[in-house]
Amino acid sequence: MLGIELPPFLIFYLGALIALVGGATWRGPALIVVVVVSALNLWQLPSGFGLETQLMGMALKPIHIDRLSLLFGYLFHIAALISVIYSLHIKDKTQQVAAMLYAGSALGAVFAGDLLTLFIFWEMLAVTSVFLIWARRTDTAYSAGMRYLIIQVISGLLLLVGIILYFKQNGSLMFTEIGLDSIASWFMFLAFGIKCAFPFFHNWLTDAYPEATPTGTVFLSAFTTKVAVYAMARGFPGTEMLVYIGATMACFPIFFAVIENDLRRVLAYSLVNQLGFMMVGIGIGTELGINGAVAHAFNDVIFKGLLFMSMGAVLYRTGRINGSELGGLYKSMPKTAILCIVGAASISAFPLFSGFVSKSMIMSAALKEHFNIVWLLLLFASAGVFHHAGIKIPYFAFFAHDSGIRCKEAPWNMLLAMSIAATLCLAIGIFPQLLYQHLPFPTDYSAYDVSHILTQTQLLFFSALAFVWLNLKGMYPPELPSTNLDFDWMYRRPLPRLINACGRLVNRVDLTIRSRIMSIGNTLEQRLAALNSGEGVFSRTISISSMAAWMVTLLALLLIIRFF
Amino acid sequence: MSHSQDFFDRPETLRWILRSLYAICAVLFGLDFVIHRHSVHPWEGLYGFYPVYGFIGCVVLVLVAKWMRKGLMRGEDYYQQVNQSAKEETHAGD
Repeated sequence: MLGIELPPFLIFYLGALIALVGGATWRGPALIVVVVVSALNLWQLPSGFGLETQLMGMALKPIHIDRLSLLFGYLFHIAALISVIYSLHIKDKTQQVAAMLYAGSALGAVFAGDLLTLFIFWEMLAVTSVFLIWARRTDTAYSAGMRYLIIQVISGLLLLVGIILYFKQNGSLMFTEIGLDSIASWFMFLAFGIKCAFPFFHNWLTDAYPEATPTGTVFLSAFTTKVAVYAMARGFPGTEMLVYIGATMACFPIFFAVIENDLRRVLAYSLVNQLGFMMVGIGIGTELGINGAVAHAFNDVIFKGLLFMSMGAVLYRTGRINGSELGGLYKSMPKTAILCIVGAASISAFPLFSGFVSKSMIMSAALKEHFNIVWLLLLFASAGVFHHAGIKIPYFAFFAHDSGIRCKEAPWNMLLAMSIAATLCLAIGIFPQLLYQHLPFPTDYSAYDVSHILTQTQLLFFSALAFVWLNLKGMYPPELPSTNLDFDWMYRRPLPRLINACGRLVNRVDLTIRSRIMSIGNTLEQRLAALNSGEGVFSRTISISSMAAWMVTLLALLLIIRFF
Repeated sequence: MSHSQDFFDRPETLRWILRSLYAICAVLFGLDFVIHRHSVHPWEGLYGFYPVYGFIGCVVLVLVAKWMRKGLMRGEDYYQQVNQSAKEETHAGD
């Protein structure tokens, strides 16, 4: 249609260039055009479009398009469009350039046919996204961004080591199914796992995302983790360990989410929880499981984006995001409140909302393959999601006790972006075929049967009942201004202290050794001084005749040596 | 501020919302005995499994989370304090 076929990431990179040189007034709208042009380009690319090349004897395939990557490609365009509209009021060049490069890198990574290209975009994702955190320009954002960057780069280095070992073993760099059967694959599994927010590696997400700018978090929530989900789905489908890791990820963050005060951090925990569902789907590895994981990733980007957008709008308008300081905002921001509730209903998987049609695929797959305990855990996690994301977020922000804050409704561009996301949530929820027909495997799955609808509604309404009951009994934990310790405590408190202690030890040892050497040197110096002083050996006066005698002896000795 | 905007602050609204919730829950629970659900997991077939599991799950979730606060909760500026003391330490070192 356009007559030219461009690699999908390139147009976004050009967009970054436009953002760099463009004037403040038209930069924002220009970026919307960039996203639309890029989407048209992707849409008109012929199936099987790819690039192949050689680098020092290694066959590379920088671009490879198939059903799996194409779906993520479309998803990233939708996410980019929504996020760009949402941040239309922003005049900050740093954020605009970083966001374009970031979204472009995500496209580059999902369309990478070989591991080397994947690695390059993997690192680009880290380096570009950190500016969205630093753009908040606070001390906390700076240090959170630093921790984020370090962990992301570690993930990249693990990937690189894995790739080198993999190439030595297999002689190929093509990114196909890897499977957990060698050291190389373990390195890559761990690298993907860090970006998937595996337990103990999840704190980069819950630490940094809430510190980014209101608009930055919307971008962040869409790309990094979903690229990782894609990489996991391509490299390690059917790895049973993922089922158990995923079940853990689905369950433990909801406890933290219940007691967390920063509402964007609540959403970050809930993002880990949703990633857990996807990991289970990939770990099961059947067609239904993979389809479910991919469909859920697709929906999650949209409804989690919607929730982050609504909380971003609250932060933007009130300057506050702690549950303890908010409440009663439905009076000032009724439209944002309604859109937030649509997002909350979607993530909770209410029938007719998008979460319902994808989460149930994963649950069905788990039951079909007899992961009974995992299924029970996921069911608990589903009830928990409704509790912390479905009820807590809208309740503490927009209802609960009136905080007395009166502010303006969110700007029109934010409302437009949220409305697009909300429309998609409902459209996919009501017409799941829209999504199902693009899934990697053909499916005749139907989420809407009576049993499904009834059981899910029962689960949700009785969770709501539990919330009401706990509240009426005064047992519900109040929102408190607080920090809750999570695993990041390890590298934010004991580790720096350990390093400091080691530093002090090294310092002390160093000091001791130096002072010893100094004292030895001093003694030597004193001895030498003594030798040279008044009565010392070197200060004695010797007569010229004895000197001459010594010289003659020396010359005679040399003469004798010459003879031999 | 118009009267209609404070809709959710009125006690009668709250009462109405709660009553509807109780009614819906009762109906949903009752439907379990009317509609024959297909089930895969052995527990799934039990009457009232989903409602009971959802309710108990959430109560346990909240109570455990509340208990977690005892061990994990710190002041809001906990980490900033750490940074502050670290900075002071380095300055003292200079």
